[in-house]
Amino acid sequence: MNLIGKNITYKPDTQFHLNDVSFDFKKGNLYTILGRTLSGKTTFLKTIAGLLNPDTGELFFEDKDFSKIPVWERNVAMVYQQFINYPHLNVYENIIFPLKQRKLSEEQIKMDVEDALKTVGLVGFENRKIQELSGGQQQRVALARSLAKKAKILLLDEPLVNLDYKLREQLREEFKRIFSEGLSQDTILIYSTTDPQEVMELNGEVIVLHEGKVLQKGDAKEIFENPKNLKVAEISNDPPMNILTGSKSSDKLTFENISINLPAYLKDLKSQNYYFGIRASEIKLDKEGEEFEIELAEISGSETLLHLKKGNSKVIALIEEVMNFKIHEKVKVKFNENKFYVFNNNEELVSSPYGSHNG
Amino acid sequence: MHKLYTFLKYTFITLWTVFIVAPFLWAISTSFKDFQSVNSKVTYIPWLDFEPTLEGWRVLVKSPARGGVDIVEPYFNSIFVTCTASLISIILGTLAAYALSRFTFKAGFVRNNDITFFFISQRIMPPIVLSIPFFIFLSTIGLLDSLLGLVVVYIVLLMPIAVWIMVDFFNRVPKELDETALIDGCNPYQAFYKVVLPNSIPGLIVAGMFCIIFGWIDFFFAFILTFTEVQLLPVKVVALNSSITPWWSLSASALISVAPLIIVAFVVERYLSKGNLSGALK
Repeated sequence: MNLIGKNITYKPDTQFHLNDVSFDFKKGNLYTILGRTLSGKTTFLKTIAGLLNPDTGELFFEDKDFSKIPVWERNVAMVYQQFINYPHLNVYENIIFPLKQRKLSEEQIKMDVEDALKTVGLVGFENRKIQELSGGQQQRVALARSLAKKAKILLLDEPLVNLDYKLREQLREEFKRIFSEGLSQDTILIYSTTDPQEVMELNGEVIVLHEGKVLQKGDAKEIFENPKNLKVAEISNDPPMNILTGSKSSDKLTFENISINLPAYLKDLKSQNYYFGIRASEIKLDKEGEEFEIELAEISGSETLLHLKKGNSKVIALIEEVMNFKIHEKVKVKFNENKFYVFNNNEELVSSPYGSHNG
Repeated sequence: MHKLYTFLKYTFITLWTVFIVAPFLWAISTSFKDFQSVNSKVTYIPWLDFEPTLEGWRVLVKSPARGGVDIVEPYFNSIFVTCTASLISIILGTLAAYALSRFTFKAGFVRNNDITFFFISQRIMPPIVLSIPFFIFLSTIGLLDSLLGLVVVYIVLLMPIAVWIMVDFFNRVPKELDETALIDGCNPYQAFYKVVLPNSIPGLIVAGMFCIIFGWIDFFFAFILTFTEVQLLPVKVVALNSSITPWWSLSASALISVAPLIIVAFVVERYLSKGNLSGALK
């Protein structure tokens, strides 16, 4: 009864869009696909929808060979990152379009549409033209259309990426509510995004995709606490996790020209060279800390991102308030020594501040 | 500064309007003149400068036996040929354009762009290159000097225009719109006529307008491929000319020749401002 993919590969030209991807999605669950732009997220979703035919691999749903069923008979729903609605129809007509295609009864359609409109908060907008709506409202219409269908597989392809910051925050909150209330227990929800924050908040099963390959599967907490390798650590953090090359000795961690007292949880680690990863939020302004030069200071929302440099070591620090800095100004920052992730020379995680490790 | 801009703007618009409208006024006034008022002196204003007469218009509907040149039948021939050929060109051209925009074709070294260029290249050739093949072709299948033959030739001339405009238009309709239609339960044909086509009305109108204009004004093929059975308006109008240039009936025929295009332009203008695709994609 699950959606199962086996060894799906899609390589339309010289690059892999999907590279030997396998999965087993269960009904009633939320799956998030995390990956950068061009990592194959959209291809992944389009393959499930049937808009693309993979070169090799198998796709089963409810024990049927899905690849033999054309798109229009698959009963999936998809919301695109662009706000795709039918511009020649008004809001109401947009939402009933798929229901009319399926020849449902008038009363059934009416009820489903009302439910969907209520869920996305667009009651009263039935007769509006699509062009008259704001981006956020247009995306709500697209979502309502997908919800009203009651499709067994709901695909959302970066649905929030084209919205402005504030609206994104707001809709993200609403999505959480909609997903927990508005969906039946036999729907498989697949949500793709580039934003680690969204993944953490939606708190579903995560699949980290890079260059068409699945790097790691697990729940959001697992990805956060134990990123399997350097790439996952970079992708699953925004700003990407800072990676420093350095060495561990009996009592110190030494990076190029910075040394830090060895934290207790790294005592048993073999003394050698490693990659050390630390999140931007674990680097704090501190008068006792190391002196860095500011290369760039960006303010985003209520936070300030500092791009710092010392010798050849470059790190990004996230300051949780809005502060003004001058470029080339010197600041002192301190690394939280209890939050280092350690990766070996094969870029695999050997130690995490959250305990369990696979090295 | 702003005032100066407004002043210049309106001055320019006024001059341009005069430039466009003056020939029409000239033609209208000339069409009501007789030989005397055209050739004796410069005259503009009816009743004051000259005595208006309907002779110029009457000639156009009189049978040749009574000294006229009957343009009524060629007029309707032209309307029939232009509309039929335009309609068929739009239907075939739109389907071809959709296929070229959405599907990938491969045949040896030929790709979509090559096929599109092949269509357009039909219009790059000077028409005279086509005249002999067309003549032989039509005479072989027995359609020389017939309405049907003209329709066939005009489809060849007009379909490239329709394909060209519609390929460009469909390329701007987001592919995701078709995909959404497929996901929402349309098969590819339904996706085309239920979703893509209703959103392509502006493109269809532009393509239709160009087809009608180019079909309506063609003289060359209408001249070469017809003799006595069938005649089209542009050929008949030229036939008006004799040893004495009849400015009055030429003006009258020019006005009724241009009338359908003016009507088309007004209708089109209304529809063009209506439809847009802005709601499909941000």
